Amino acid sequence: MGVRLIFKNAVLTALLSGEIDHHAAREIRSEIDGTAERVKPQKLILDFADVQFMDSSGVGLIMGRCKLMQIWNGTVEIVNLPPKIERIVSLAGLNQLCTIEKGEQNEAGK
Amino acid sequence: MKPENEMNLSFPSYSANEAFSRAAVSAFVAQLDPTVDELCDIKTAVSEAVTNCIVHAYRSTIGTIYINCKIYGDGKVIVKVRDRGCGIENVEQAMQPLYTTAGEERAGLGFAVMDSFMDRLHVTSKPGKGTSVILQKTLRRRTSENG
Repeated sequence: MGVRLIFKNAVLTALLSGEIDHHAAREIRSEIDGTAERVKPQKLILDFADVQFMDSSGVGLIMGRCKLMQIWNGTVEIVNLPPKIERIVSLAGLNQLCTIEKGEQNEAGK
Repeated sequence: MKPENEMNLSFPSYSANEAFSRAAVSAFVAQLDPTVDELCDIKTAVSEAVTNCIVHAYRSTIGTIYINCKIYGDGKVIVKVRDRGCGIENVEQAMQPLYTTAGEERAGLGFAVMDSFMDRLHVTSKPGKGTSVILQKTLRRRTSENG
């Protein structure tokens, strides 16, 4: 549960996993920011492939990282967004803030 | 109508209990044979309500959060999340999307998510006394056409 970070070619990839709620978001935020502020990547990729659950605390987490990346004109990309998390992301209008690439239809989703 | 089954839960407002509380409600509601999507909606709404108690109601203290969950024969689920925290001065304002009083990167979407993921949302609050959030959803009764 949490986040694993990979920095390569000016791109910082955060492989998120588990359930992202208010409790988990704190640790994920400090992990990402700790590295991002040091390496100042051109792009931050948030990979949701292994995320099972997310509430609006995760929306806050994404919005906050977009704000951080804007400081040095970096961009944020959301990838592998599972269908069940997509709904809360679109409710929040996050597509206006960053690029979103949807994940494959999860067989457990139906 | 009398509920088919009912459960009560009370726990301290530690953020570690957010995952526990939505899992507990989800496990109880599973008796009604919900779809994965329906269960996900209920889990998300409960998580928002409980997080509000932790972040707002018991902002600088640890208090008790109470959950009551009733399930009915027609597929109706009612979850009540209650606290004895600081209460909300202006419920209508608090329910506006993007409105938030907490810094700490809150999106201000808690009530909007509860409203959108459930059939009914009812909030009552008394400043200094606490807040009660009632979440209601009727699950689609699934016929056994696929065997």
